[in-house]
Amino acid sequence: MFMDVQGPSNALFGRLPMILDLHYDNPWIMVALSMVVIGGIGVVGLLTYFKKWGWLWNDWLTTVDHKKIGIMYIIVGLVLLFRGFFEAAMIRTHQAMAVGPDSPGFLGAVHGYLTPFHISEIFTVHGTIMILLAVTPILVGFMNLIVPIQIGARDMAYPFLNAVGLWLTTVAAALCMVSLFVGSFSHAGWVGLTPLTQLDYSPGVGVDYWIWIIQIAAIGSTVGAVNLIATILKMRAPGMTMMRMPIFSWTTLATNIIGLTSFPLLTVALFLLTLDRYIGTHFFTADGGGNFMMYTNLFWLWGHPEVYFVVLPAFGFLSEIIPTFSEKALFNHTSMIVATMGIAGVSWLVWLHHFFIMGAGPQVNTFFSIATMLVGIPTGVKVFNWAFTMYKGRIRLEAPMLWALAAVLMLIGGGMTGMMLAVPAINYVSHNSVFVVAHFHNMFLIIAFAIFGAVTFWWPKAFGFYLDDRLGRIFFWLFWAGSVFVFVPMYALGFLGMTRRLDYIAHPTWWPLLAMEVVGIALYVASVAAFLLQMYVSIRDRKQNAVRTSDAWETSRSLEWLTPCPPPFYNFAATPVVHSNDEWAWRREHGMTTLRAEKYNDVHMPKNSMVPVVLAVFTMALGFAGVWRIEWLFVASIIGITGTLIFRMFQKDIDYNIPAAEVEAMENRTLEQMDTQAQENVHQTGEIADGPVRDGQAQQA
Amino acid sequence: MSLDPNKVSDTSRVQLFSEEADHHDSISLRSLGFWLYMMSDAMIFAGLFAAHGVYLEAYGTSSITAGQVIEPVAALLPTLVLFASVFVFGLASVALARGDKAGTVRWMVVSLAIGVFFLLDETSEFAKLAAEGATPQASAFLSDFWTIVWVHAAHVFFGIIWMAALTVQIARDGLTEATVGRFINLRIFWFFQAVIWVCVYVFVYLMGVS
Ligand code: HEM
Ligand SMILES: [Cu+2]
Repeated sequence: MFMDVQGPSNALFGRLPMILDLHYDNPWIMVALSMVVIGGIGVVGLLTYFKKWGWLWNDWLTTVDHKKIGIMYIIVGLVLLFRGFFEAAMIRTHQAMAVGPDSPGFLGAVHGYLTPFHISEIFTVHGTIMILLAVTPILVGFMNLIVPIQIGARDMAYPFLNAVGLWLTTVAAALCMVSLFVGSFSHAGWVGLTPLTQLDYSPGVGVDYWIWIIQIAAIGSTVGAVNLIATILKMRAPGMTMMRMPIFSWTTLATNIIGLTSFPLLTVALFLLTLDRYIGTHFFTADGGGNFMMYTNLFWLWGHPEVYFVVLPAFGFLSEIIPTFSEKALFNHTSMIVATMGIAGVSWLVWLHHFFIMGAGPQVNTFFSIATMLVGIPTGVKVFNWAFTMYKGRIRLEAPMLWALAAVLMLIGGGMTGMMLAVPAINYVSHNSVFVVAHFHNMFLIIAFAIFGAVTFWWPKAFGFYLDDRLGRIFFWLFWAGSVFVFVPMYALGFLGMTRRLDYIAHPTWWPLLAMEVVGIALYVASVAAFLLQMYVSIRDRKQNAVRTSDAWETSRSLEWLTPCPPPFYNFAATPVVHSNDEWAWRREHGMTTLRAEKYNDVHMPKNSMVPVVLAVFTMALGFAGVWRIEWLFVASIIGITGTLIFRMFQKDIDYNIPAAEVEAMENRTLEQMDTQAQENVHQTGEIADGPVRDGQAQQA
Repeated sequence: MSLDPNKVSDTSRVQLFSEEADHHDSISLRSLGFWLYMMSDAMIFAGLFAAHGVYLEAYGTSSITAGQVIEPVAALLPTLVLFASVFVFGLASVALARGDKAGTVRWMVVSLAIGVFFLLDETSEFAKLAAEGATPQASAFLSDFWTIVWVHAAHVFFGIIWMAALTVQIARDGLTEATVGRFINLRIFWFFQAVIWVCVYVFVYLMGVS
């Protein structure tokens, strides 16, 4: 029933004997391996030295607290972001070295220092990591961290499921790290070009790693989407109608609706590909009636909605940051909601613009071209809303605001080039050129800028102290300069006709532009150093930089600023009642900044659980067995997963109650540590929050 | 809200924090989540049916055509069997609504047994096909045919395991908030499998021979 595979394999170890044949003489693999091993030993050593294992296990790994889960998502994402960045640097430097027939070759490569197969693996893993294992987890992390507090909930709708989602994502990330040393990775591009991904053309385990990693991550995202949608629909505080919900929560809702409906299509596409590779069906093969454009369709039916899956939360960040530092309510909250849902809707109708050259005919191409351009309308609405928010605002260029403004600028560039690509006539010549690569990196940079803005913005909320401002600004400017230096020349190279994914560049005159891109990468490296230094300095000086009130920026607007920094594990001792779009701003303007409730009630909380970790272990085994075709282990892991789920089903002692008196005592202790005086007098901007207004103040602007 | 905050000039009367403990209707919360999950599952089948449209006549070099392997009349048996299982599960819900634990368990066992029969019947049908050489490897059309039917069957299989576990739990713990919540979700799941089968029957079996 199963396909015959090349190379050694046996019943006990599957294809694992193959790794004995793999070349471990490649220094790059050794460098990476030693980095991971040294890092791992370092972490283990520190944990043991400071006797923190119990803390790690009880407070973090088994937690079901949405804030900690969110933070762990973000940490996983940042680690993978770092790895993806490393690969980007390799691609850039290799290409700049491999220009022209006389360029030297090192380490077994004819030109540059990466062999063609190796560089193909690197750009594939770079794309896969950045989209699925870096940006997605970071964004989902922020949704976890912020959305429940922002809507005034005590926790997610399904805290346990939330932990499961985190652990599935972590397993996918871990499997991706394993692929670095045990076996190889796919060489067929992050989109998995068929029929190159078929067993005939990719006989190794690389494509299988790619498949299982994405499948596991996709299930994690689906689980997370169910959770966030239900949380938003069901757990809002009294008075928070849908139309009063902050924009970040709205974009979270829109994103997760996209995720819930589009990830299954990716699952289908990859599942059918798996069948092709494992049992020899003919879905996407070149023979037997297979149709590989079907794969491309299914992939982009997920792929395009996915790009909005990642960009909408970033728009959400901007919609929180810009009003805060303009000291004004977001311009036209309602139209922002409509635009968000509009983008989410249209994102379903444009997937074919990724393969106009398939040749579906003028009618089809025209339809998808127009549909693609229509996305520009709601996106434009957003840009204008942000601009009008700033108009006549009292703009403070604090670090999060810098990131947000840069993101808006980036959006203009990325959006314009997207519009260009949406014209089939232009697309026929620019498709698969680095112009496209520059376009989508431009779009992803919006997300990167928004993410770092969000990190700076919500850091004091999550940890109770500010990030170092000076280093933050240095980080920002270096990152900005790096972006310009890498991607402006890339647009130019696209116009000159450079195709994407090259391991050798035949055109010596392109060298200056490629060298400029390397300068950009150097700036990025410097920016990463600034970021790490910023983390170090901020954590070292956390006592001096402590936040004194609940409102770290003094002009913040939504509910998450109505609970101490960092919030207690139950978020709100008493559920806040919402009166306005920007509840916290409204309360501040009306001098009602107290955090003390008049009456406390029992609080009901879920207990920690180690079941998600156990599930993760089995899922890891499942993925590994799938990649290496170890049949017994595969079946055993499925039985393990099912057994664990049934165990969980029969578990009874899964939550607990905190009596009202204890809540009050805890709350008093937290509030005592805060600066009550400052809390009472949080800066009033004199500006009028959108929504209900106290008499006589309406006309001050 | 009782107050219209627009008219509030005396802010001391604004209610800032809710005085009630939050109460969750855990059953309805869980079924909402399950409905959402079903939506993603529906998308899986949507993707498969979209693929089916492409592979309708993708025989490649194989001489086996749809008309030779698809028998709508024979497929009526599994259709009726699955409907019977769903119907019996409905009887279990009626018993559950009456608070009749023994009845719930009894009907669940019957429904489960019929579900098992459905799978056995499908297995023997497809074993026959394989013996005739109509394997999933023979052509894209057959790959698709097998995959749609067996993805559905995998759902049924999973449902059976779930039903077995839940039957044991209801027998042990009775009708608690947790078991009733799961029962309702399982009902959504089980009925959904019947709905999917209707689609399979219409799109794959009936349209396959027309
Ligand atoms: C104004 C909105 C946008 C328009 C009109 C647009 C248009 C396009 C078009 C026409 C292509 C196909 C180019 C080709 O392959 O020939 C494309 C590719 C791409 N776009 Fe956009 N886009 C927009 C927004 C975005 C956003 C928000 C993202 C992600 C955050 C994004 C990410 C991508 C990616 C990843 C690819 C190509 C990936 C690949 O081929 O590997 N785009 N875009
Ligand atoms: Cu697209």
